[in-house]
Amino acid sequence: MRSERVVENLNRALGGLLDADPNTYLLGEDLADPYGGAFKATKGLSSRYPGQVLSTPISESAVVGVAGGLALAGNKAIVEVMFSDFVTLAFDQIVNFASKSVTMYGQWVPIRLIVRCPTGGRRGYGPTHSQSLQKHFMGVPGLSLYELSPFRDSLATFHEMIASGGPCLFFEDKVLYTSRMYLNGVVDDLFSFDHLDARGTVARVWADDGDDPDCVLICPGGLVHRAVSAARSMLIEDELTCQILVPAKLYPFDFEPVLPLLRQSRLICVVEDSTAGGTWGADLAHAIHGLLWGRLGRPVRLVHARDSVIPAAAHLERSVLVQDSTIRRAVKESLANA
Amino acid sequence: MSEHDLERLLLIRHFENKLLELFEQGRLHGTTHTCLGQEYIPVALGALLKAGDHVFSNHRGHGHYLARFDDPDGLLAEIMGRSGAVCGGVGGSQHILRDRFLSTGVQGESLPVAAGVALHLKRRSPGEVALVHIGDGTWGQGVVYETLNIARLWSLPLLVVVENNKIAQSTEVSAHMAGTIADRAAAFDIGYHFCDSILPDVIRAELGPLVRKVRETPMPLIVEFDTYRVGPHSKGDDTRDRVALRRAADHDWYVRFRQAMPERFGAVDRRQRTRVAAVADAVAARPLSGGSNAF
Ligand SMILES: Cc1ncc(C[n+]2csc(CCOP(=O)(O)OP(=O)(O)O)c2C)c(N)n1
Repeated sequence: MRSERVVENLNRALGGLLDADPNTYLLGEDLADPYGGAFKATKGLSSRYPGQVLSTPISESAVVGVAGGLALAGNKAIVEVMFSDFVTLAFDQIVNFASKSVTMYGQWVPIRLIVRCPTGGRRGYGPTHSQSLQKHFMGVPGLSLYELSPFRDSLATFHEMIASGGPCLFFEDKVLYTSRMYLNGVVDDLFSFDHLDARGTVARVWADDGDDPDCVLICPGGLVHRAVSAARSMLIEDELTCQILVPAKLYPFDFEPVLPLLRQSRLICVVEDSTAGGTWGADLAHAIHGLLWGRLGRPVRLVHARDSVIPAAAHLERSVLVQDSTIRRAVKESLANA
Repeated sequence: MSEHDLERLLLIRHFENKLLELFEQGRLHGTTHTCLGQEYIPVALGALLKAGDHVFSNHRGHGHYLARFDDPDGLLAEIMGRSGAVCGGVGGSQHILRDRFLSTGVQGESLPVAAGVALHLKRRSPGEVALVHIGDGTWGQGVVYETLNIARLWSLPLLVVVENNKIAQSTEVSAHMAGTIADRAAAFDIGYHFCDSILPDVIRAELGPLVRKVRETPMPLIVEFDTYRVGPHSKGDDTRDRVALRRAADHDWYVRFRQAMPERFGAVDRRQRTRVAAVADAVAARPLSGGSNAF
C-alpha cells in the first residue's frame, strides 16, 4: 500500500484536532467545502465540523486577531493563511498581540494559536506567492516556528504546538503537499531514516550509518527532496557521505538531540529556501560555532536562495531558489577547503 | 447622580491628576495617557455591563480599568513598578490584563481580538458581550474595517465604544477622518448611536435597550461619544490653541457637576483626593515589583 500524501496527512491531523475538541477552530479564506482551501488541506472539514471551520473574508490581520481572541478565551485556534506571503499582513497580531500576550501581563497567559503558512516556490507563482518568510518571525519572544515534514505525522506536531501554550507558525512547503509521507524508515533504495528523539521531532536520513559522515545537512521539511537528491549524487558520484537532519521545530532550536551527530561530521551545512541575509541558517550557524568551537573542521556552510525576488518563469525561478545542485556544489566547495 | 457614580468619577479624576503630578516631579517613568474629561464614559457603561462581559481597553485606559475595578492601588503600583502591581510591572500603563479586562497599546489591534472573544461568547455563553474602546484616530486603521465586516457578517455581540474627543495625539479629526463614523457604521449595516450626554443616568437610559439588543440578537453596535480631552495627549504634549483648550475645558463634567451640586460634590471630591494621595504615598513607599516568573 502506498503511503498517504502529505496533504492528506495534514487534513487528517486537522480533522483529528477538530474532532477531539469542539473548542478547536479553523479559520481562513476559502476553507469551506466544496472548495476546501487553496491547497485542499481543509477538504471535507467544514462539512464534518460546520461550526468550527469558518471561511473568512480576505482579512488576514482581522482573522488572526479573531483567532487570537478565541485563543485568549481558552479555545484552540488554527488559521490558514492562503499563501504565507500574506502573513505579513498579520504581523502586528502575531508579534504584538499573540506572542507578547503570553508574558506581557506579568502572568502566564496561554494563547493556543497556530498560523498555518503554505510556503515556498517551485510552482511558478511569482514574487508575491512564493516566499519563505520564516526568518522574519525568528527571535520574537513567545513565538515558536515549526515546519511540515514528510517524516512526521502532522498530528504529533500540532499536539506539540498546542501543548506549548504559545502561538506558533507552521510553515508548509507547497510542493511537499502532493508528495508522499515516508514510512517504516525507508526513503528510497539507498536512503533510510529514523528519529533522533522519542517524540520524532528531528528526523535523520542516512545511507550508511557506519562511519562519521562527511557532511550533515540540516534542513526544514520543504528542502528534504532536494537534500536527498544532492546526498544521492554526492554518494554515487563524489563518494561523499551525507546525513540529513530534518527538525520539525525550527525556532527556538533544540540542539541537544543533534549535537552528537554534529560533532562527528566533517562539515555542517544548513539549507533553506529563504533569501540571503538574516537567515535561519545564520542563526543556527552562530549557535553551532559557539557550541562546537574548537571541534569544527570548517565554518558551518549556509545554503539559501539568492538575494532576489522570486521570478515566475521556471528557468528564472530555478536560478534563484536552492536546487539539489546548489547544495552539492556548496558541500563540495566547503569540503575542498581544508 | 448616584453616590457610586460620583465616587468613581472623582476617583478616576484624582488618579489621573496624581499621575501628571508624579510625572512633573520626575517620579514616574515612561509614558501615560490620562482620560481627563472622558471619565464619565466607562463609569456610565459600567452599570450596563455584567460580570461575564469582556472589556477591551486601549492606551487611554486607566478610567476603563478603575470603572471596572475599585483598585487604584494595583494600577498605580503597575504604573510605578512597585509591589502589588496588577501585572507585575511588566505591562505598565497600557498593558493590563485582569479577569475579563485587557488593554493593549497598538491602535486598533484589540478590535479583532474582541471580535474573537465575542464569537466565543456567542457560542459558549450567549447574552454576554465584548466591549472595545477606541478613539476617533483609531479609525485610520484598516483592521477596524476588516473587523466590522466580520462582526456584522457573523452577528457578533461586539460593542464598539468610540470616544470621539476630536483629536488624535496632535491631529484634529478634520485632518484625519473623511466622512463620518455614522456613515461608516451604515456602510457595514451596523447599528449606530450618537451620544452627547455627560450624565451617566441619561447615557444608560439611551444605551440600555441598545446594549440589550447586542446581547439578545446578538448583533454588533457602534456607540459614538461626543467627548473632550481636557488634558494633554500624554504628559506635557498639548499643542492645541487657547480656543480649543477653552472649548474642552467648557465641556469638562468636573466643572459642570461641581456647579450643579457644590456640597455633595465637594465632599466626595475631598474624599477621593485624599484617598488617591494616600494610595500614592503608600505605593511609592513599597519595594520595586518583582516582575513575574512569566517573562
Ligand atoms: C498603530 C499605532 N500607531 C500609532 C500609535 C501611537 N499613538 C498612541 S495614541 C495615538 C492617538 C490615538 O488617537 P485616538 O484613537 O483618537 O485616541 P485618543 O488618544 O484620542 O484617546 C497614537 C497615534 C499607536 N499606539 N498605535
